[in-house]
Amino acid sequence: MASTTDESSRILHEIETLKSAKFDLERRISALESQLHNLNQPHNNGVSNASSTSPSTFPHALSPDMIYRYSRHLLLPSFGVQGQLRLSKSSILVVGAGGLGSPALLYLAASGVGRLGIVDHDVVELNNMHRQIIHTEAYIGQSKVESAAATCRSINSTVQIVEHKEALRTSNALEIFSKYDIIVDATDNAPSRYMISDCCVVMGKPLVSGAALGLEGQLTVYNYNGGPCYRCLFPTPPPTTACQRCADSGVLGVVPGIIGCLQALEAIKIASAVGDPLSGRMLLFDALAARIRIVKIRGRSVQCEVCGENSEFKAAQFQEFDYEKFTQTPLSTSPLKLKLLEPNSRISAKEYRDRLRSGEPHVLVDVRPEHHFKIVSLPNSLNVPLASLEGRVEEVVWALKEKEENKQNDDVKVYVVCRRGNDSQRAVKYLQEKGYPSAKDIIGGLEGWAQEVDPTFPSY
Amino acid sequence: MKEQEDGFVSADKHGEDKVEQLVQIKTLFFARARDLTGTNDVLLEIPLGSTTKDCLDKIIGKFPRLEEILGCVVLALNEDYTTDSTIVKDGDELAIIPPISGG
Repeated sequence: MASTTDESSRILHEIETLKSAKFDLERRISALESQLHNLNQPHNNGVSNASSTSPSTFPHALSPDMIYRYSRHLLLPSFGVQGQLRLSKSSILVVGAGGLGSPALLYLAASGVGRLGIVDHDVVELNNMHRQIIHTEAYIGQSKVESAAATCRSINSTVQIVEHKEALRTSNALEIFSKYDIIVDATDNAPSRYMISDCCVVMGKPLVSGAALGLEGQLTVYNYNGGPCYRCLFPTPPPTTACQRCADSGVLGVVPGIIGCLQALEAIKIASAVGDPLSGRMLLFDALAARIRIVKIRGRSVQCEVCGENSEFKAAQFQEFDYEKFTQTPLSTSPLKLKLLEPNSRISAKEYRDRLRSGEPHVLVDVRPEHHFKIVSLPNSLNVPLASLEGRVEEVVWALKEKEENKQNDDVKVYVVCRRGNDSQRAVKYLQEKGYPSAKDIIGGLEGWAQEVDPTFPSY
Repeated sequence: MKEQEDGFVSADKHGEDKVEQLVQIKTLFFARARDLTGTNDVLLEIPLGSTTKDCLDKIIGKFPRLEEILGCVVLALNEDYTTDSTIVKDGDELAIIPPISGG
């Protein structure tokens, strides 16, 4: 056991040494690139030419191009040359190129951050477009990182954009984070949020954390200047039932847009050492009420398992930590697939279509919430949302009786459908307990129907 | 959202025989707490000298489903950090803020 620890600390040390060498090389490459860029790009807007200007004209490292591009920043007395210079020497990593990451990346690239990293493993989809405004329709089906990097480069070719086309894991997070000064959490799930915060503590990096869902947003700066980390505030992960995703609960596109812009602002403030970062405070955005509240939150907890005084949580512990187990939530965004029922209590979408065609007398109960039912539904289905099934089970009974009388048949079946085939299983279980043992659910829900039976059936 | 007041004042454990002075506390719900309670805020009356913990107990009595998330929330009293033992005053605002994970 001891020898394994020795071996791993030796490897970690070697990784650190190599990383530091790599970092130096990258810095030199970046400096040479920008030198080359300045040589190759003669000034074309009538202002003084870089090559002909004596260094004494501006006793700082901002090129004439940079002075013109960032002139409105330079004109701000509280930001000025000093702020822009610091920003241009800073490196910022944005984890997630989605609803939060899109505006954050756009502003960070535009503002002239030195190096901007993007981590994501996903591809652009049509149902991202209403909020993930960095992507264009041409990139649907392609990597989000490639798409976001292309947009950033088209806005500001002088920023070094680094593409990390991979999912962030404990195995690669230390290495990726080591290349950046500031981390922006623009992810969409609980395990990633704990993982990113812990990694920032281990590496001593400030974290700009934003979140948005529905019509609300939250923003905080963690692990900044002795301030609290995510675990100081939330030592126990939320119950899985409380972990909601935009794909299930919905989100108004502009809400993550606003929070993502504020994340860019906080990252820029930290990078340029301007103003008071939102550390020890949490911003709450309520879109419907048009209200922003800022509440003071607790300081760093001495008992915190990760950043507390007696914490043993270091790089090695981080790499071993199982965030999916800790939060009971998968890191990947793939939706939950429950298996509550025996196979004989379930039918596939194709089987249901065959029974429909054969004219089998049945009642189809759709247990999605009413506002889902309004988006799209199968013909002749009865909407009884799962949440109200207990109180409305009579409606199913009446529908059955009516069918039985009409068809002169007392063997009318009950089928249950939902969006993806999870709630329908819960509903069937309930109905079976209430005396309808033959109730069956349609595997895969309406998504299964669209995939297996009717490709024109709208998915959402 | 309309503030509501209901009769669970009389059911309070602190209510002995003597007439008690009550304070009004406005509780604000955010994120998942809104879904679970179905409201943005609620006005509650609680005996003078009660703590934020007493307020939470009373709120759970009214909205039992909140209990599942109370292990993972930020509490703020008048937009400031608070602990379970803080004594609440008349007119205070207690915010229950579960984390959002989405993005």
